[in-house]
Amino acid sequence: MDPVIEVHHLTKRYKDTLALDDVSFQIERNAIYGFLGRNGAGKTTAMSILTAQNFATSGSVRVFGENPYENPRVLSRVCFVRESQKYPDEANAKTAFASARLFFPNWDQDLADELIDAFRLPMKTVTKKLSRGQLSAVGVIIGLASRAEITFFDEPYLGLDAVARQIFYDRLLQDYAEHPRTIILSSHLIDEISNLIERVLVIDEGRIIMDQSVDDARGQATNIVGDAALIDGFIRGREVLHRESLGRVASVTLLGQLSAEERREVAAAGLDLAPVPLQQLIVRLTQRSGDAAGTSTISTEGALR
Amino acid sequence: MIDDGKALFLQIAERVEDEIVDGTLAEESQAPSTNELAAFHRINPATAAKGVSMLVDKGVLYKRRGIGMFVAPGARDLLLAERRAAFADAYLRPLLTEARRIGLSPDDVRALISEHATPTTP
Repeated sequence: MDPVIEVHHLTKRYKDTLALDDVSFQIERNAIYGFLGRNGAGKTTAMSILTAQNFATSGSVRVFGENPYENPRVLSRVCFVRESQKYPDEANAKTAFASARLFFPNWDQDLADELIDAFRLPMKTVTKKLSRGQLSAVGVIIGLASRAEITFFDEPYLGLDAVARQIFYDRLLQDYAEHPRTIILSSHLIDEISNLIERVLVIDEGRIIMDQSVDDARGQATNIVGDAALIDGFIRGREVLHRESLGRVASVTLLGQLSAEERREVAAAGLDLAPVPLQQLIVRLTQRSGDAAGTSTISTEGALR
Repeated sequence: MIDDGKALFLQIAERVEDEIVDGTLAEESQAPSTNELAAFHRINPATAAKGVSMLVDKGVLYKRRGIGMFVAPGARDLLLAERRAAFADAYLRPLLTEARRIGLSPDDVRALISEHATPTTP
């Protein structure tokens, strides 16, 4: 492992709120990460501290092996595309790109020009008068064209329609293939990005609850659907993430992998096995950790969106 | 197109295998590159690379230095043998499970197969 970011026992407290609670993780070089979690889970706080835009209460943060604070050697190699980026009053897209070009040594103007066309971005409108989607496009273009060694995208898709989001995902993959670098993508649209990311980092209530490859995550849970009595026999002694039933039919999400033998057993009993999509797994896990802490409110499928 | 449950790199490897099995990708012809697979399937290049390297380990693809990946001689026979071995588990078991559920005996299933089988050979 070749980490570009190392976080040890990071804690951030705002008055009465613990935004990050003794968090430790590493980010590998040249991989695309999904940084996921519910609103208020601590994602933006963590990214702000990693990019020296906020201070840790305690713990340590190393970016390229150095402390990022007031450290131009680190910061010129890192790009943070904020969800609510503020621009100076008189700024327009053209001036925003001109400043980015000065700041980022690897800036690629040809790529920026292509993306401006693809997103049909007006260059002379002051940023205050751009739509939410056009502002997001400015951020996405800066994030991609800066070609920084580490790029954070914090919910880059707000206001972007499905076509524009697809342009972003396609261009991200294409440019990443040609210029490998570290990308950290924070998003609620887990289904949309689950094939783009290599590793997934899930934060919930200030703690990391998942840090693994997407392949491993996909194999981590299984849905079984069928006769409730048969299922209850089968799941005895296993960790159940979620259970719902309709009459005599139950649907149960189990944590852990089934062996080939167990799969045959399940199929022979007439029960149906279904994979658990990454989004559903994360919803279940974040619901569970909320329940365990006794702080869960109403849990619904849509809550993470 | 892409199924959520199975590891993505396995699905990508299977797509390449499908093309070898049905002859679209002939032996000794150049296989798609990792980046082509990633762009086409809209997946992470590392995932595509994992699928390709699995095919190399299996002896289905081989690398020609500086040129790219090629389909190994004998790859099609290898894959056919593998798929035939897995056929009963993958297709017959679910077929018979459903047949039992709806009250069709194995003889009924046999009759249905004869009725539906077309005389064309692959």
